[in-house]
Amino acid sequence: MFDLSILFASVLNGITTGAVYALIALGLTLIYGVLHIINFAHGASLMVALYGVYFLKEKIGLDPYLALPIVVPAMFAFGYVLQRVIINRASHGKDENILLVTLGISIVLENLALLFFKSDTRNIETAYTLTTVNIGTAMIALPKLVAFIGALVVSAILLAVMRFTFLGRAIRAVAKEKHGARLMGIDVDHVYAMCFGIGSACLGAAACFLLPAYYVNPMVGNGFVLVAFTIVVLGGMGSFVGALVGGLLIGVVESIGGLYLGESLGQVGIFVIFIAILLLRPQGLFGVRT
Amino acid sequence: MNLLEVKNISRAFGGLRAVEDVSLNVPVGSLTALIGPNGAGKTTLFALMSGFLRPDVGQIVFDGIDITGRAPHLNALLGLTRTFQIVQPFASQTVRENIAVGAHLKFAHRDEALSAAEAVAERLDLHVQLDKPAADLTVAGRKRLELARALATQPKLLLLDEVLAGLNPQEIQEMLPVVRGLVDDGVTVLLIEHVMQAVMNLAQHVWVLAQGQLIAQGTPSEVTQNPQVVEAYLGHGTAARLLKSQQVTHA
Amino acid sequence: MKDFSSIAGFVLLVGCIPFFTDSGVVLNFVMMALYACLLAQAWNILGGFGGQFSFGHALFFGTGAYVQVMAQVHLGWNPWIALLSAMVMSAAVGFSVGALSFRYGLKGSYFALVTLAFAEVFRIVALSVTFTGAGVGLMLPLRESFTNMQFTSRAGYVWLVLGLVALALCTTAWLRHSRFGAYLQAVRDNEDAARAIGVNPFTVKLWATVISGALMGSGGAFYVQVFQYIDPSLAFGPHTSVEALVGAIVGGMGTLWGPVVGALTLHVLADVTRNLFGQLPGINMVVYGCVLVLIVMFMPRGIAGIRLHLFKQPVKTPSVGKERA
Repeated sequence: MFDLSILFASVLNGITTGAVYALIALGLTLIYGVLHIINFAHGASLMVALYGVYFLKEKIGLDPYLALPIVVPAMFAFGYVLQRVIINRASHGKDENILLVTLGISIVLENLALLFFKSDTRNIETAYTLTTVNIGTAMIALPKLVAFIGALVVSAILLAVMRFTFLGRAIRAVAKEKHGARLMGIDVDHVYAMCFGIGSACLGAAACFLLPAYYVNPMVGNGFVLVAFTIVVLGGMGSFVGALVGGLLIGVVESIGGLYLGESLGQVGIFVIFIAILLLRPQGLFGVRT
Repeated sequence: MNLLEVKNISRAFGGLRAVEDVSLNVPVGSLTALIGPNGAGKTTLFALMSGFLRPDVGQIVFDGIDITGRAPHLNALLGLTRTFQIVQPFASQTVRENIAVGAHLKFAHRDEALSAAEAVAERLDLHVQLDKPAADLTVAGRKRLELARALATQPKLLLLDEVLAGLNPQEIQEMLPVVRGLVDDGVTVLLIEHVMQAVMNLAQHVWVLAQGQLIAQGTPSEVTQNPQVVEAYLGHGTAARLLKSQQVTHA
Repeated sequence: MKDFSSIAGFVLLVGCIPFFTDSGVVLNFVMMALYACLLAQAWNILGGFGGQFSFGHALFFGTGAYVQVMAQVHLGWNPWIALLSAMVMSAAVGFSVGALSFRYGLKGSYFALVTLAFAEVFRIVALSVTFTGAGVGLMLPLRESFTNMQFTSRAGYVWLVLGLVALALCTTAWLRHSRFGAYLQAVRDNEDAARAIGVNPFTVKLWATVISGALMGSGGAFYVQVFQYIDPSLAFGPHTSVEALVGAIVGGMGTLWGPVVGALTLHVLADVTRNLFGQLPGINMVVYGCVLVLIVMFMPRGIAGIRLHLFKQPVKTPSVGKERA
C-alpha cells in the first residue's frame, strides 16, 4: 500500500522513538521488577524531568545533552526521596495503597505543573533540532538518532550496574527474597529507594534525549505512562532485555499505525496490544509464568 | 456407598510430581483422615478434589457425578466444601456475616441466611462472638469460624485441611467432639491432620501420602505400625532402628 | 429498614433545599456536590464493595454522555428515553470490559491498568470518528422543558441528580442486605475462600461492573444535560475517573454513606481552595491528589470506612493468569 521507502522511513522513525520509549520503560521495569510497585507517577516524573531540561535550556542556555550530568543526578535524588519519604510510608504493605499513592502523586505533579507553567506546549530550539541524517533512503532527524544511541548506551550501563556491582546484586537479592536479604544485612528500604532513584534517573536521561525531538506540557506524562506500561508488560515484567525489545516494537507499531491510520488513531494500536497482552499472555515476551 | 471416588489422579507442576497416581474411596457417613509428612501433597490432593486444581490424569466422582476439573463453587453446590490450611476469614466482616456467606448457598434471603448463620454459630460455640469482626478472633476462633462457614453450606462431604493446626492442647480437646459431632449430624468428613492424637481418636480409616504417592492405608493403628509409614515420617532406616531398640530393651 | 429510612431522610432533606432558596450559587453547589456523590457511589460499587479498583471509570461516564447526546441529536429520541439507553449502553460496556478482564483473571493493578487502557482507546476513537463529533465534540441544542430534561432553574437539575443519587444509594443499600452483595464482598475479601463455599467470582464481579457502569453512565448523561456539551477528553479523560475514585476512597470504601461524605468533603475543599486562590487552573486537582496521598498514608479506611484488611501478599511475580481448574 505504501511504497517501501516510506515504510522503511517509518520503521526507522519507529525504532528511534522506540529506543527512547525503551529507556523510559527500563526505569519502570526496575521499579516494578524489584519493588513490585506499579508506579503510576512514572509519566509525571518524566514530565518533571522534561521541564527541568527545558528550563535549563531557556534560562541558562544549557544544551540538553550537556544537561545530562545535572538532570540525571537530580532526578535520582527526586526518585530516592519520593520513595523513601512518601511511597514507602504509604504502602502499609498493600499493593492497592501504592497504586493509589502513586496515582495521587502523579495528579499533584501534573496539576502543579499546570498551575505554574500553564498548559502551553513548549519546545526548544537548538542548532541541530532541524538537522537530518540520511540512512539509506530515509531522512532521520539528528536528535532522534542521538536519542537512539543514547538510549542504548544508558541501557547498557544499567544492565552492567545490575550485573557487576554490589548494588546490582543487592537489588536482585531484594527482588527475589526481601526478608532473606534483610537478614543478610542488606538495608532493604535503602535498596528500594535506590531502585526508585535509578528508575527516575533513567527518566532524567530520557528527558535529555527526548526534548530536542519532542515537546513538553503538563499532560505529556499521561501519554507516556500507558505506553511505558505496555512495554513493561509486553517485554515481561522485570526483564530489561524485554523492555528494550518491547520498546522498539512499540515504537515501530506506533509509527506504522500512524502511517496507516493517522496520528491519533495510530495510537490505538498500542493500547489494543496492551489489552491483548494483559489478557492473553500476561508474562509478556520474555517473562516467566508463575 | 462411596461418596467420593478418586481414581488414579496425578498432578505435576513443571518437573515436580506433586500427586502421583492416587486412588481412594471415601464411604458416605465416615470420618477419615489423610496424613503424611510435610510436602507430601495432601493439600494439593484437596485442591484437586475440590476443583481448585485440575488433575493431569484421572477422574474424580462425587455422589455419582464426575466432577473432574469442575470449578470449586459448582462443587460446593453439589455438597463438597473445603476449608483452608491457613485460615481465610472475610476480614472486613463480622462472624455472623462470614457464616452467612456460606448459608447463602442454601438460603437466598438475607434474613434466612443470617438466622441460619446464627444457628450454625450456636452449634460451634461461636454465638458469643457473632457480632465481632472476624479479624478480632483468636486462631482457635478463626478455625471454628472457617468450619462454621463451611458447615453453613450444608455439605455432604467436608474436606478439613488441618483444622487443629495452631491450637493448644486444651483447644484441641474442645475441637475433637465438634468434629465428631459433624459426622453424627450426617456430614462425611475427610481430614488432613498432623495432630496424631486426633487422627487416632477420630478417624475410622487413614490414608498415608508421601512424596505424592499413597504408601499405606488402613485403620489408624494399622497405619501407624506400618514400617513404611514410619520411614516416611522419620527417615530411611528408622523402622529397623526402632525395632532393634525395642528388642534391646526387651532383652 | 434503617438504611432505607436514612436514604429517604436524606432525599427529603436535600430535595427541600430548592424550596428554601432561590440562590443560583447555592443550588449550583448542591447540584455539583450531588453529581460528585453520584460518581463516587458508582465507583464504590465496583471498587469499594467489589474490591476491583478501576482507574478508567470515565469509560462508562463518557459512554453515557455520548449516548445521551447522540440519541437526541442523531436519532431524535426523548432525553428521558435517552437516559435509559445511556445507562443500558454503559452497562453493556461494563459487561464487555468486565467479561474480558475477569475471564482472564485480571486483578489489582492489572485491572486498574486495563480499565485505563480501555478509557484511552475510547477517547482516541471518539477523537477520530465523525459521528462523535471528533475533536470538536457534540452539543446539545438548548430547549428548556421538562420533557426535554432541560430546566430553566437549577432546581430541576438538582432534583434530577438527586433522583439518580437516590437510585445509587438504594442500590448500595441493596448490596448491603442481599445475597449478591454478601457474595460480592466475600469475593473482595478472599476470593478463594468464597469459591470454596459456592460463590462464582466471575459472575459476581461481572454484574458489579455492569451495575457500576450503568450508574456511572447516568452521571455522564446528567453532565451532558447540564452543560450541553461533550468532547473526548471531557468524556474519557482522567479527570472524571480520578474524581470518582478519590471521592469514594476519601469518604470510605464499601460503605453506604462513605462516598457521599467523601465527595461532599472534596467538593467543599475544592470550593474553599477556589475562594482562597482564585480560578487557578489545576489547583483543584492538586488538592485532590494531596488528599488522596494523605488519606492513603494516614487514614486508609477513609473518613467513614470499614477495615479493609486485605490479607493478600504483595505480588512477587505476575499472578495474572491463575491456574484455572
